[in-house]
Amino acid sequence: MLRRQSVLPGFSLSLGVTSAFIGLLVLLPLAALAAKAASLRPAAFWATVSDPRALAAYRLSFGASLAAAALNGVFGLLVAWVLVRQPFPGKRLVDALVDLPFALPTAVAGITLTTLYGPNGWIGRHLEPLGLRVAFTELGITVALTFIGLPFVVRTLQPVIEEMGTDAEEAAASLGAGRAQTLWRVVLPTLLPAWLTGVTLALSRALGEYGSVVFIAGNMPMKTEIAPLLIMTKLEQYDYAGATAIALVMLFASLLLLLAIGTLQAWSVRRSLGEAAS
Amino acid sequence: MTNFSIGIRALVALLALAPAARAQVTLLNVSYDPTRELYQEVDAAFAREWRQKTGQSVTVQQSHGGSGKQARAVIDGLEADVVTLALAYDVDALHRVGGLIPAGWQRRLPHNSAPYTSTIVFLVRKGNPKGIRDWGDLGKPGVQVITPNPKTSGGARWNYLAAWGWALRQPGGSEAKAKDLVTRIFRNVPVLDSGARGSTNTFVQRGIGDVLLAWENEALLAVRELGPDKFEIVLPPLTILAEPSVAVVDQVVDRKGTRKAAEAYLDFLYSPAGQALAAKHYFRPRDAGVAAKCAAQFPKTTTFTIDEAFGGWAKAQAAHFDDGGTFDRIYAAGR
Amino acid sequence: MSAIVAARRAQPLTPPAPSASEDSRPVRLALTGAALVFLGLFLFVPLLAVFAEALSKGGEAWVAAVSEPEARAALWLTLKVAALSVPLVTVFGVAAAWLIARFDFRGRRLLLALIDLPFAVSPVIAGLVFVLLFGRQGLFGPALAEHGVKVIFAVPGIVLATLFVTLPFVARELIPLLESEGRDEEEAARTLGASGLQMFWRVTLPNIRFGLLYGVILANARAMGEFGAVSVVSGHIRGLTNTLPLHVEILYNEYRFQAAFAVASLLAFLAIGTLVAKALLERRIGGSR
Repeated sequence: MLRRQSVLPGFSLSLGVTSAFIGLLVLLPLAALAAKAASLRPAAFWATVSDPRALAAYRLSFGASLAAAALNGVFGLLVAWVLVRQPFPGKRLVDALVDLPFALPTAVAGITLTTLYGPNGWIGRHLEPLGLRVAFTELGITVALTFIGLPFVVRTLQPVIEEMGTDAEEAAASLGAGRAQTLWRVVLPTLLPAWLTGVTLALSRALGEYGSVVFIAGNMPMKTEIAPLLIMTKLEQYDYAGATAIALVMLFASLLLLLAIGTLQAWSVRRSLGEAAS
Repeated sequence: MTNFSIGIRALVALLALAPAARAQVTLLNVSYDPTRELYQEVDAAFAREWRQKTGQSVTVQQSHGGSGKQARAVIDGLEADVVTLALAYDVDALHRVGGLIPAGWQRRLPHNSAPYTSTIVFLVRKGNPKGIRDWGDLGKPGVQVITPNPKTSGGARWNYLAAWGWALRQPGGSEAKAKDLVTRIFRNVPVLDSGARGSTNTFVQRGIGDVLLAWENEALLAVRELGPDKFEIVLPPLTILAEPSVAVVDQVVDRKGTRKAAEAYLDFLYSPAGQALAAKHYFRPRDAGVAAKCAAQFPKTTTFTIDEAFGGWAKAQAAHFDDGGTFDRIYAAGR
Repeated sequence: MSAIVAARRAQPLTPPAPSASEDSRPVRLALTGAALVFLGLFLFVPLLAVFAEALSKGGEAWVAAVSEPEARAALWLTLKVAALSVPLVTVFGVAAAWLIARFDFRGRRLLLALIDLPFAVSPVIAGLVFVLLFGRQGLFGPALAEHGVKVIFAVPGIVLATLFVTLPFVARELIPLLESEGRDEEEAARTLGASGLQMFWRVTLPNIRFGLLYGVILANARAMGEFGAVSVVSGHIRGLTNTLPLHVEILYNEYRFQAAFAVASLLAFLAIGTLVAKALLERRIGGSR
């Protein structure tokens, strides 16, 4: 199994523990999911997953999730950077609060965001005159998805920025690189793998999210109906097979996305290695 | 390692603490969302009565959630002795999908196995500025209607079917006219929340919409809890009779040996004491004597049932709410 | 990441200019400002709104909401579920990270993708899969019922669903760290005769401790706050199988908004509590070295 012998111990032990967990908690349940979806005849399966309403839901789910992941990618990087590098009053508190989107039940997040961004809410009230409707539109869905994915990018980047220190930047600067050049050639390549990890996690979390979105989405069929809601409506008709069929499509698409980003990440690691060495 | 062993000991202690002592009989009543206060009182009153009659002490545990979701949980193994759900369709799933109760369950208890009823009313803003009096008004341009999504909310299916049934019963009413009205009503819906409470919140807290379609008991509760001075209830002259159904789950009670207590529990709902509690929590009682006493709370209106207007839930569900049904077609055409 | 190591190797021996890694003051202010505005709109204001609603009827109402028996039972269950699932996720995370970062074997990338998979599964489905396995009509349902074992609609099911949704956290946090550390120190320790356990406690663990802490805290926050998956397998029995997030939903559905938000704010406090624990722990570890 091992491609190369290692002096490091624990291969069998860690392999055993990992496979036991993955087997029991991931493979077995997902096999049950696939088995249920397979109880549909191929034609029925196809009809379920290619229904115009389902297609609209996939488009919305992937679109809003990508937008939220991108937003988190930009601002998560900024927040992580500021939290590690810039001193400002109340920084410890801010740092502590970043994890809270995980701890708040998603429904609470959804209700609160709808209250705030609704037409008469604290924030929505000021956006409405600008012609910006947030609640019950795609924009609102993106806001909710950004909220629930916020900790991922920040928290995956933070340890890496801490670890990185300022040595490499100072080195680059002493070799005559400008600040922008240093950021572009030294800092960003170093952060890229972790940044991609964070964005991937935020993206996959957004794709599956249900609890917070249903409150702010408005749930209009063909317009603001996300894929997980479609799964719920199938379950409500006791159509377990149809629900698992949609779930399987979403899962497969996310898996492809995860693999694509994984490849990008492997490439970025190789590239930054090559660049640093040259 | 001492820290570690203390940790283990703490974990063991944590697990060993059982939450409650075992009572002699324990029943689980799986119900839907806004019945908690009702059943809190029913459970206590029933326990008193049961102890007096049999000397046995009984504990009734409660589970609340969306009606369809609760039915699925029971089908998947939640050991409910009795179910008290929002619509017969969900109780019937226990037979259809789960095989837990026999086909004729609805005839086992009086009044279609629905010990109390409710109806669909309009909650409007104080003074009823849009002058909404009847179902026809909901389809007018410029009226914003708030109702949850019938695909995910059992309560919303009553709203939809009430409008449909009303249109059928108008002079010259037909399926086509009914579809036209319901289509126009849903054109007026800006937000389809996934559940009844979401819709109430949209209407009450966010101030969206001119009228909220709701069960009478929920409207009364919402007015009491959220603002007696801000809303009023309009009872349409003709509306649907909402019959939340109850049933003993045969397979569970026979295995657990709790049939006697479970049946007595449901019978208690039909007793004058049970009926009075239902009325107290805004459900319309079936018992004529109890109903006479609280006539002021429940103004008279004419109602029709699902069976009368649609030939039962199974047909209504298949025609209107299943994938490809009228509701889906309304939205497919509205694009 | 290996990129960091590479960057370090490229570092020259001459001492660098002291301020070369710093941005000018206006740039720093602008960055900080932009970060805070983003956090404000997406994080602070929503949190503030939760607390405002929670305290809208005064401190006494807050205390009443979080101390009613059902809230206490839900708190207890939430803590119990977290106490059971977080250590398991941690064991898995450390083992999986060690495996992935330290050994090169066939199927490594596939395993990595499998570790991530639970994140891509909708919480609703995460609950449903366990129903499909252990439900009455599920694969193992009949066998379990015969022996009177309850998995779903009981604590084991809630723990399983929680494990599923939190599984990747620790592993995901540790893999990049272990990879960036490289294996030199550990190999040196082994060559010098350290046992596997000694090497792990003395070399590996100190190097990854912050990442491990982050991972555990994130997993813990998510374990306590998970709603969707747990909601499917809980059965919602009052006082028995309702966790705090489920209790919040029930309160909301009973029009008791203030109480719902009070309990939600309690969850926020629990999360802040774990963060304070983290800060204290960091200081202690930092101080002892």
